[in-house]
Amino acid sequence: MTLFWIALLPLFGSLVPAFTARRGRRECSLATAVLPAIALLLMLFQVPSLAAGEVLRFSVDWLPSLGLDLAFRLDGLTLLFNLLILGIGLLILLYAHFYLSADEPFGRFYAFLILFMASMVGIAMSDNLILLWLFWELTSLSSFLLIGFWSHRSDARKGARMALTVTGTGGLALLAGLLLLGDMVGSFDMNVVLESGEAIRADSRYPLMLALVLLGAFTKSAQFPFHFWLPHAMAAPTPVSAYLHSATMVKAGIFLMARLHPAIAGSELWSAVVALVGTATLLYGAWFALLKTDLKAILAFSTVSHLGLITVLLGIGSPMAVLAALFHILNHATFKAALFMGAGIIDHETGTRELGKLGGLRRAMPITALLMSLAGAAMAGVPLFNGFLSKEMFFTETLATPVLGGLSWLLPLLATLGGILSVGYSLRLVHAVFFKPPKLTPPKPPHEPPRLMHAPVAILVALCVLVGLFPAALATGLLELATEAVLGEPLDFHLAIWHGVNLPLLMSLVALGAGVASYLLHPQLRRMIRSFRPVDARLVFEGAIQRLARGSEATINRLDGGSLQRYMSYLLLAALVTSGLGLAGMPALTGELGNQPLDPVILLGAGLLIFGGLGTVLTHRHRLISLLMLSVVGLVVALTFARFSAPDLALTQLSVEVVTMILLMLALFFLPQRTVRESSPMRNLRDILLAGALGAVVASLNYAVLTRDNAPISGFFIDNSVPGGGGHNVVNVILVDFRGFDTLGEITVLALAGLAIFKLLNRLRLFMPHSDGEGRVWSPDRYPMILTTISQAILPLALLVSAFIFLRGHNLPGGGFIAGLVTAVALIMVYMSRGVEWVQQRLDFPYQPVAIAGVAVATLTGLGSWLFGYPFLTSSFGYFELPLVGEFELATAMLFDLGVYLTVVGATLMILANLGKLTTMHRPTKELPAATADPASKEKR
Amino acid sequence: MESLYAITTGLLSACGLYLTLRGRTFPVVVGLTLLSYAVNLFLFSMGGLTTDGAAIVDGPTTYADPLPQALVLTAIVIGFAMTAFVVILAMRARGEMGNDHVDGRKHDDGEERR
Repeated sequence: MTLFWIALLPLFGSLVPAFTARRGRRECSLATAVLPAIALLLMLFQVPSLAAGEVLRFSVDWLPSLGLDLAFRLDGLTLLFNLLILGIGLLILLYAHFYLSADEPFGRFYAFLILFMASMVGIAMSDNLILLWLFWELTSLSSFLLIGFWSHRSDARKGARMALTVTGTGGLALLAGLLLLGDMVGSFDMNVVLESGEAIRADSRYPLMLALVLLGAFTKSAQFPFHFWLPHAMAAPTPVSAYLHSATMVKAGIFLMARLHPAIAGSELWSAVVALVGTATLLYGAWFALLKTDLKAILAFSTVSHLGLITVLLGIGSPMAVLAALFHILNHATFKAALFMGAGIIDHETGTRELGKLGGLRRAMPITALLMSLAGAAMAGVPLFNGFLSKEMFFTETLATPVLGGLSWLLPLLATLGGILSVGYSLRLVHAVFFKPPKLTPPKPPHEPPRLMHAPVAILVALCVLVGLFPAALATGLLELATEAVLGEPLDFHLAIWHGVNLPLLMSLVALGAGVASYLLHPQLRRMIRSFRPVDARLVFEGAIQRLARGSEATINRLDGGSLQRYMSYLLLAALVTSGLGLAGMPALTGELGNQPLDPVILLGAGLLIFGGLGTVLTHRHRLISLLMLSVVGLVVALTFARFSAPDLALTQLSVEVVTMILLMLALFFLPQRTVRESSPMRNLRDILLAGALGAVVASLNYAVLTRDNAPISGFFIDNSVPGGGGHNVVNVILVDFRGFDTLGEITVLALAGLAIFKLLNRLRLFMPHSDGEGRVWSPDRYPMILTTISQAILPLALLVSAFIFLRGHNLPGGGFIAGLVTAVALIMVYMSRGVEWVQQRLDFPYQPVAIAGVAVATLTGLGSWLFGYPFLTSSFGYFELPLVGEFELATAMLFDLGVYLTVVGATLMILANLGKLTTMHRPTKELPAATADPASKEKR
Repeated sequence: MESLYAITTGLLSACGLYLTLRGRTFPVVVGLTLLSYAVNLFLFSMGGLTTDGAAIVDGPTTYADPLPQALVLTAIVIGFAMTAFVVILAMRARGEMGNDHVDGRKHDDGEERR
């Protein structure tokens, strides 16, 4: 459980700044530091059990079907990384407290920073491949936010986007690689993966998996040729650079390679690829670090170079090389974070990071000068500093390894060259800033920063020096645990400063001497370099992005012309092809059943349907006539249902037909009465052919089904309707009981449609035509006497009928849907005959709550069965005896049906009554009554 | 009888589809309504065409297939809700754009010329 808290406390910590930012910066900084500090302490308390040789693990099922568990582990490697992440993270927090200027949103900055910290801790602690990937992506996203923190600056936005694109692409490759890895092993559990190294390397998919995983690691750790995002990420505020690009984010790729070392390393392929890429990165980074003139750019390229160094060591892969890699991770994090923070102090106090404008700062900033010099010495690998130790171990390993076969002698040479360059750029960094006489004056007069701003730098520099002086005492324990976690077995080693006069020492001395020389010869070197035209990675990247964007835009424009008609025709064409192919594969259209005999009623019905359908199409330019034709179809459809033994359907269709027609008529009132002729004859022909062909397909399909003896599943419903649902009307029992959940979904859709329409009508302003399509003025008699009288007389009767239909619905045709529609129709009749104003005076309540109450009643009825320990929507019924009335039945399904009834009434009236309101002066919008009251003025005639 | 039923369904679908391919909103709404009639008839017939029956236990001797009926019943109501939504959307589009073309383009001069 402790592991769980170590992993998740920082995640919760990212919310703290949101609550404390208003109290002031000091309080916010302190409060933000609390949770990560607790996590750090919790972890330190686990160290004794780690030292006893345990690997602590904790796991909760999350999505077992995907193999994803919330699984965390704590071993030596995790300990090493968590110390860096949490420890340096807290120092960065202290530093950022002074770094950000007063008007910057520090709360937001802290929140992003801690979110990033939490995701890094997550990577280090994940005991499941998928979980590791999740945190991996979270680092990409949070680092995007951090790099682009100064979002008003174009270089920050571009740098952030580039970092996200590169690391995000790598993340996708990594996901594919990890899925493949999990598939090869049969589990995403880290322990299983780490123990199956032999099987993994023997698998035929090993090279592909390795390529994908390494792609993820190389992009994240800025290895050549994916290194280019790192220098551009320097647009971030310096605390971010110091944290992300020294100790954490870029080490995530290294961490991955170390974590999966037992599983995927150890093959020739691994050694060759990783060592070569690492070497290229080492030299490339060092070379450019020597040439840059911006302090942070020098540090960025030197980071690239040092990451290359660690990668080479992991590629070599011998136990001592792994030890050296882990040691250098630790050392690089300490001196590089210190240097970044120092560069930030210089930038902060002088206003510039350009070497050309800086110089002689040791007088004005003596403490900074001392700290930076010590950290720079560590980076250069000067003896008695920690960088010296791991660099010499690196030299030793390059001498011993056979990775490159017959060309292995090259590796020590290249390593020495890297060492020379690193001495050169370290010297430039320190000497040019603090000791050389200045050429130009910096924008601000330089002075020392607040004393506490030095504290984090001082702590890290002290570590560099102490580890350099007493490596055996300070670093051995931690490194023993970490190497055991990576190698799977303890390694016996002894860290020492003096190994006697040997080849590695010679290499170090050569590097120091030649490095000083390269610094002295620097002006000549620069002159030579200037004759080459460097490729600016940003221009290449931005160009590629813009070409990609233009390409996709052109493709989209070609596919998506914004024409609904074209989409429809594509859609129908696709449907035609697929269903046509299906039909073509059938042996015969007519099945074994054949036709039933025709009778005159059916002939008449079919004739009317065909007449109505064709009439609707042929008259579609005269919209009102077309609508009348449509209503013929609707009515005959209702009769068809009645004819073929579906009384429920007939009733529903009939009442829906009424409301649909009223709705469409009302809508037509506000729309043009005629359709202009605008389709070309070709277009018309195409549409007729397309629609006709699809109609033929539908007809054939229907005929094929009708003439075959299908085995329906409805026997179950008929058999269980009375014993299981307590109702004789099987259709209604299916709706409210067997498939009650579907019905609940459907009435929810109905209520939502009503609400959406209510919102659509809000503030809609349409002019009211004062005449019909033929130019005839509307009758002044708006509320005809006969209609008024009849509708008012019918109202109570209709309500009674709807109650009757509702009550009998469970046993005979009827039910909530039909009853609701009947009620709605009766009320709408009153609206039509009397006008909206009249009804509103008497029936003044909104319909939205009715519809919502309906859905609520139905849902609560379903939930009610939980109270009795049954699944959702289990219905229950019983028979009761009342004097006078006799025996009658009550079922919870009836309550559900009441919900359906209320929803239908509410939604239907919400739609129609609100639409009707548009015809009156009671419009939802209250502005400009004068303009809307004079519709004729807006109509162009 | 089956062949006539199938032909009618097919013809109604064809009419509905032709109208949904038009360029103005109202014919499209009418077409969708027509299409939903055809689809409902089609779905309803999946249980076979039963005459002189009902889906009521202890009622007439022949049972009609209740399952397609239940499905179509809700389909009718939902169909109404969707028709209503689309037609109001068409009105709103006309209010905002000043014309009733389905592509929602502004400044369409085909409008109002009667």
